Amino acid sequence: MESAEPEPSGSRPEEEEEEEEEEEEEEEEEDGALPAPEQPSAAMEDCLAKKMEITVSEAEKRTGRNAMNIQETYTAYLIETRAVESQSEGQCAPVESLWRRYSEFELLRNYLSVTYPHIVVPPLPEKRLSADNMDPDFVERRRIGLENFLLRVASHPVLCQDKIFYAFLMQEGGWKEMVNETGFQLKADSRLKALNATFRVKNPDKRFTELKHYSDELQSVISHLLRVRARVADRLYGVYKVHGNYGRVFSEWSAIEKEMGDGLQSAGHHMDVYAASIDDILEEEEHYADQLKEYLFYAEALRAVCRKHELMQYDLEMAAQDLTSKKQQCEELATGTVRTFSLKGMTSKLFGQETPEQREAKIKVLEEQIQEGEEQLKSKNLEGRDFVKSAWADIERFKEQKNHDLKEALISYAVMQISMCKKGIQVWTNAKECFSKM
Amino acid sequence: MINQYKFEDGPELRDLFITVDDPESHITAIETFITYRVVTKTTRGEFDSSEYEVRRRYQDFIWLKSKLEEAHPTLIIPPLPEKFIIRGMVERFSDEFIETRRKALHKFLNRIADHPTLTFNEDFKIFLTAQAWELSSHKKQGPGLLSRMGQTVRAVASSVRGAVKNRPEMFTEMNNYLETFSQKINLLDKIAHRIYKEERDYFSEMKEYGPIHTLWSASEEDIADALKGLAGCIERCCRATERRMAGLSEHLLPVLHEYVLYSEILMGVLKRRDQIQGELDSKVDALASKKPEKDVLSEEIGKLEDKVERANNALKADWDRWKQNMQWDMRSTFLNVAENNLRYYEECLATWESFLASQTVDLHVAEDSEDRP
Repeated sequence: MESAEPEPSGSRPEEEEEEEEEEEEEEEEEDGALPAPEQPSAAMEDCLAKKMEITVSEAEKRTGRNAMNIQETYTAYLIETRAVESQSEGQCAPVESLWRRYSEFELLRNYLSVTYPHIVVPPLPEKRLSADNMDPDFVERRRIGLENFLLRVASHPVLCQDKIFYAFLMQEGGWKEMVNETGFQLKADSRLKALNATFRVKNPDKRFTELKHYSDELQSVISHLLRVRARVADRLYGVYKVHGNYGRVFSEWSAIEKEMGDGLQSAGHHMDVYAASIDDILEEEEHYADQLKEYLFYAEALRAVCRKHELMQYDLEMAAQDLTSKKQQCEELATGTVRTFSLKGMTSKLFGQETPEQREAKIKVLEEQIQEGEEQLKSKNLEGRDFVKSAWADIERFKEQKNHDLKEALISYAVMQISMCKKGIQVWTNAKECFSKM
Repeated sequence: MINQYKFEDGPELRDLFITVDDPESHITAIETFITYRVVTKTTRGEFDSSEYEVRRRYQDFIWLKSKLEEAHPTLIIPPLPEKFIIRGMVERFSDEFIETRRKALHKFLNRIADHPTLTFNEDFKIFLTAQAWELSSHKKQGPGLLSRMGQTVRAVASSVRGAVKNRPEMFTEMNNYLETFSQKINLLDKIAHRIYKEERDYFSEMKEYGPIHTLWSASEEDIADALKGLAGCIERCCRATERRMAGLSEHLLPVLHEYVLYSEILMGVLKRRDQIQGELDSKVDALASKKPEKDVLSEEIGKLEDKVERANNALKADWDRWKQNMQWDMRSTFLNVAENNLRYYEECLATWESFLASQTVDLHVAEDSEDRP
């Protein structure tokens, strides 16, 4: 009998299957089966972001009744879409729009995560469950974050093809029912919710282990960075704002001075300018912080893919183990030898052997189960290999995106600092001139 | 440090150079105290030698100041650093405290040396030249009575309330000016300390900020260089911040503090002048009512009138001089603050620009094929 070993996922050199120039068609969802592995390189020109302008243009406070008929206030966001016409048309397509609330975005994302477990699904902006949800700054930042989310999904070669996503953008009524009808909640593995539960995998894929480690590090370092950045920003605010006090005092002092008066007064004005300048500077920095925050949440998405793989691998190993033990049982029954200790073996010793007919029946059942098991194991192995392949393709895409975006973000940070320094130089040059006239 | 001072007559005419340095701790059975080395170099004839080196403690400076106030009640005697510093958590004998005090004492002596009248004061000369035991014995002499009188003058001065009825307009103006000036300079002193504190807090956060990027770079490949570069920039800006802070504490803070003390001194001087005038006024009133002692009173009044006139003139001249110096000091100090900040921003700018240049060179010329939302 062949031993049913689970194929160690990813340890074989990647087989170069022929590039299937598939049409990017909607994949039929079979129970439990994944969509066929995508070839991302073909999709760029077809992705939705290129065909359609998508914005989250407004936010509005609403009141309504929730599922428990209790009145609640929430914010609704206006999604506007417009088809990008080819230039020869010359006409502007009409803008279509509909309103969605944050919980619907969440539903969409959950659907995408479950339906495309091998994809690093773009994250949503923070979910903050506090009174702050009504704060206009928070709402504004969330609006931008939601728009960003939609654009990310629309630019993803696989995700942008999804019908539910399209309906989210275009179909106001009945969308929730449509999502629930896909039955995706049933596919969601509740075990994934236990974030830190470990599954003892005997043959872990090194690449995924490393990736999970990386995603943990990324999360930890970005969140630390964001915390300290916020503190630095607070301190910087303090430095600038205190200078504003100079303005008032210089002005009052200048009233009693004859020669120094003018110089003091005008210097005071520049100190006011200096103090006021920090507001814009810090607002820009908030955008930078949001860029980093997106990748903080992206790290979670990355980790989720690793976890799903881990779970898959675990299930595979469990199935293989089960198959092996069944085969062993079968063998023992057939040959009458007891290789390993089993409760069945003991009980049969204690309570007498079975009749040959009973044994035959048992063997038959087992053989059926073994056959089933072998088929399942085969398909699980296949699933696993496909998962690894397509996951890794998306991970590579993600890595490139991440490196590009983060580098841009770092550069924009430098640009901001340069602008801040230049403003500072200007103000203090002016102030210096005023002081020299004192 | 000598260069800081404006010489009304030009540096070539200065003939007395004083430095205060080398604080040393002395521990006796009774007390612990610090002495400072006072070195004097002079070309003046009335000094027996051209160079002197003595050691003085804070008490000696207080003695000198009170002698000067006694001798010249309506002159503006420069401020001494305070006995203790209540604000902040500076210990009595911490290095920072001693250094701040040393600088202030140095300034104190140099201000006296620059003063057209005070520079020729005999007690000042003794202070600069006498050995420790000589000074001690000199202190114990005669002036005891006068110093008690000086204290009385001060006590009386502090009890004189409100405007003296014959006060010349000029001195009322001075009083008004001083009220506002004193208020503003105190505010500025507080503001400057606040700024220093905020900069210090900013600095301490920045110190933590840079290394996080270095830590991050360890997990990355493509962007590791950019992250390390950024960490380096933050570190350099951090050091620039430190220099900016140092500039504040070396120049702005001591000057503002000195003028806070000056404003108190000026108040006192104006009051003493008022008090001297008050003596005259009360004698004049007495004259009006007491006929038999007319002659005696007239003579006294004559003397007092001279005294008042001398005091007024001395004060007026010293006031103008003080205002000139104050203007100059403020101008130079705030210019220094501006230059400090300019230097800070220019350093940071250069750092970030060089980082940006290094990064944009690496960027691919062809735009990424990835759609960037």
